[in-house]
Amino acid sequence: MIFIRRLPQFDYVAPRTLWEASSVLAERKSEAVLMAGGTDLLPKMKKREATPRYLVSLKNVPGLAYIKEDKGALKIGPMATIHDVESSPVIAGKYAILRDTSLVFASAQIRNLATVTGNLCNAAPSADMASPLIALGATLSLSGPQGGRTIPLEKFFTGPFTNSLGEGELVAEIQAPQPQPHTGGVYIKHSIRNAMDHAIVGVAVVLTLDGSDVCKDVRIALGACAPTPVRAAEAEKALKGNKLTKAAIDKAAKAAVSAAQPRSDPEYKREMVQVLTARALNQAWQIAR
Amino acid sequence: MKQIINLKVNGVAHQVETDTRRTLLEVIREHLGLMGTKKGCDEGDCGACTVLLDGKPVNSCLVLAIEAQDKPITTIEGLASNGKLDPIQEAFVANGAFQCGFCTPGMVMAAKGLLNENPHPTQEEATRAIAGNLCRCTGYLRFVEGIQQAAKAKV
Repeated sequence: MIFIRRLPQFDYVAPRTLWEASSVLAERKSEAVLMAGGTDLLPKMKKREATPRYLVSLKNVPGLAYIKEDKGALKIGPMATIHDVESSPVIAGKYAILRDTSLVFASAQIRNLATVTGNLCNAAPSADMASPLIALGATLSLSGPQGGRTIPLEKFFTGPFTNSLGEGELVAEIQAPQPQPHTGGVYIKHSIRNAMDHAIVGVAVVLTLDGSDVCKDVRIALGACAPTPVRAAEAEKALKGNKLTKAAIDKAAKAAVSAAQPRSDPEYKREMVQVLTARALNQAWQIAR
Repeated sequence: MKQIINLKVNGVAHQVETDTRRTLLEVIREHLGLMGTKKGCDEGDCGACTVLLDGKPVNSCLVLAIEAQDKPITTIEGLASNGKLDPIQEAFVANGAFQCGFCTPGMVMAAKGLLNENPHPTQEEATRAIAGNLCRCTGYLRFVEGIQQAAKAKV
């Protein structure tokens, strides 16, 4: 039985810049936790699953809630909320897969608080924003006391609820390259309820055609099927450079199963990976045409 | 750590001395005495504590009071004006959109947030807007009908 109690004691730290936030994290090490929207962290603290001595909030750092396109890439600031994604005109066009994802994310109340970056940093294997962003080829700009570095999102996750942020490091920006023409993106979230639920399996596909029905490029990412969100490399290989047909898609969907290492219900989840990958590929194909 | 915080709730400025770890929900109920906002699950699942922050519905149990400063907050008590109910409240009454009443304030605030942003929601949009609000009495249909009636009444 887990009891929900009032929040435990902590010191509230309100830095005014990312640099300052990162210095506090570096100085206080494991005693400090960074908070963006708070929708994952505060319930954990109420359950005493997290009891940080210092709560470092990004709410007071100005200018972090942006979503924009710049130099041919999508850029999402660390405090942009899921609702910002839902209502952004930049997202609604070429990055519609993210808008579709925001609509199946928790509830309206949560979407107004939760941030995209926080969803990634919490690193749930089922994080809704992770697999679509991996399929878009997203990278993260990290900044810390030792300076900045950029890593592909798929390398960011190290296990269930763990990420590769070093001491004092934080995510300064999410970037995704602009999709090429004739690209379709689809995220299918398989869950029992239509809201306030984790994905049992999540499949994201971003597929680019060469102008005819030949698959020029494809990225497939799976959520809730392994200790971290993962790419289905075998399935991608099976399609890239080949003509899309029902048979080719079914073959790729079968290959996607090899990327799944489910932590629970393995047989069911593997079956669902195959079914939903085929469905997502078919839908992305239609959009890309 | 005690701190003075400034909150603007239902158009009234309040200054409260409270611990930085208090949630907006706790301050609204315990310091301001506004009991309309309900504490249900206290972890963002049930929607009973929904208030509007800057016009948008949020779970007040997931907001630190200290982070709700300088933004207008609206609770269920702030909807009626001059003794007249909000069109959403009128429509919920007309449709019998409650039984025990515990979820009602959160439900009304979620609906208000929707109509602020989207004055003419479809049935699906209305359903989606209250997807984060649990009701154990009704079948949810009456809320959706109430929201759509309120949207029409506003025209």
